Amino acid sequence: MLTLIGVAIVILGFALRLNPLLVVVAAAVATGLAAGIDLVAIVSEFGRAFTQNRYMALVWLTLPVIGMLEKNGLKERAQALIAKVGAATTGRVLMLYMLIRQLTASLGLTAFGGHAQMVRPLVAPMAEAAAENRYGELPQETRDLIRAHSAAADNIGLFYGEDIFLAIGSVLLIKANLDQAGYALTPLHIALWAIPTAVAAYLIHAFRLWRLDRRLRSGLGKMR
Amino acid sequence: MKVLDVIYLLLGLMFAAAAWYNLHDRANPKHLKRALFWALYSVTFLFGTWLPPFLVGCLAIAMALLAGIGGLGKGGAAEPSEQERSAGAARLRDRLFVPALLIPAVTVLGTLLLQNYHPGGKPLVELKDATLVALGVSVVVALLAGLWMLRQPFSVPLTESRRLVDAVGPVLALPQLLAVLGAIFALSGVGHVIADLVGRFIPVDSALAVVVAYCVGMALFTLVMGNAFAAFPVMTAGIGLPLIVKLHGGDAAIMGSIGMLAGYSGTLMTPLAANFNIVPAALLELRDQNGVIKVQVPTGVALLAVNTLLMYFLVFRY
Repeated sequence: MLTLIGVAIVILGFALRLNPLLVVVAAAVATGLAAGIDLVAIVSEFGRAFTQNRYMALVWLTLPVIGMLEKNGLKERAQALIAKVGAATTGRVLMLYMLIRQLTASLGLTAFGGHAQMVRPLVAPMAEAAAENRYGELPQETRDLIRAHSAAADNIGLFYGEDIFLAIGSVLLIKANLDQAGYALTPLHIALWAIPTAVAAYLIHAFRLWRLDRRLRSGLGKMR
Repeated sequence: MKVLDVIYLLLGLMFAAAAWYNLHDRANPKHLKRALFWALYSVTFLFGTWLPPFLVGCLAIAMALLAGIGGLGKGGAAEPSEQERSAGAARLRDRLFVPALLIPAVTVLGTLLLQNYHPGGKPLVELKDATLVALGVSVVVALLAGLWMLRQPFSVPLTESRRLVDAVGPVLALPQLLAVLGAIFALSGVGHVIADLVGRFIPVDSALAVVVAYCVGMALFTLVMGNAFAAFPVMTAGIGLPLIVKLHGGDAAIMGSIGMLAGYSGTLMTPLAANFNIVPAALLELRDQNGVIKVQVPTGVALLAVNTLLMYFLVFRY
């Protein structure tokens, strides 16, 4: 039971909005100590796992390219592109992006998209511009809301698309776990049952994006 | 040296540049601390493969202490001026999209190539590294294309990456630290304690109750661990296999597949899935750190209900 102290520290730390890096380190050290591991071994495990998970930071390698393009007006160009499409609304831009993200992920192309590569430089500016073209200058809350929705469309497209692909990490993890318990299944068998949820996820979130459009129209349309 | 190590060197150099520019940023009274933070992070990429784990652990903990105690001040890189941006947009027009789209295009093509083309019967890189190596290569290609097409001096990508690195801030290292926390949770057996707790309170005779316990348990566990992959083995061994499959005769494939997806509802709603939720909020410069999560909660809750019902109606039928 005492090993749950780390979980408590994490929940409390995030709820109190303490510095997340510090909270995570405190939780890791406390959990290790509670489990009776000595401090040197905890720090060593810390370092081993930190090095092993460096791949999570690889996406930041795109920043020099994205920054250079932003300095030369990439966002402005993305906005100009959307201005040419009369039918574009924030919700429709994000529905289209989510569809592309989900379809490519279901083919195993999970690298097609991402917050640093696609959402910040292209998708969010387009979604913002679609609202701006209709309603003029946007208040900061609305900008933040549209940006948050842009990130969400990427996440939801990715999560509920990738599980349809046979050779993705999650499907292989499910297979490995069930194999071990004596249930021999093919990846196809597992991936197939992810399809109903994938359809439901798209429909539910697309409905919410449609409602976002209505909310923008009633909130900002009136102001004008 | 593996190809991936070369890519980590590039990343190390990028963070070293961020440290260098911050070192000379007199506008920030805490510029030394901020410079040191990025310098330590840079060392873990430049030399991490060869340093003893204990030392890397000390560096990572030092980073958390630097960021957590007193903060790092405001990194003062100037935003590019509106004039600069609209002049660039007018001059370069749609050519600006080429380097941006080269990144996903080359990553995808490179992944397919590295996974399927094995000259002499041996893959060029380890298969699990294929996407990562392809991403690294795509950035180099896009960078060279961008420097050439936009006629930019080589200092621009470095100053601009520093601007973005500082805009995201120390949260940038959070996903990696959370992965470490997951490793220490696993080492300490935290998962089994939670599964025991959940298992103690389920009325096992009701098929609906065990399905609800498994699906909601997956989501809650993921909420706490930040990762559905960590929750899955524990919940499946504790509830899914013994109760849904063995006791009530459910189908293992359906249980596994929909169970994992039920966990993703948790991922949508937790700050612990930092790379999906907290980092994008920083990257998009939202004022509310939890802005992305707030937008995702309704979809997450609705999908948890859908997955629970789907499993209840499908798992005992096939």
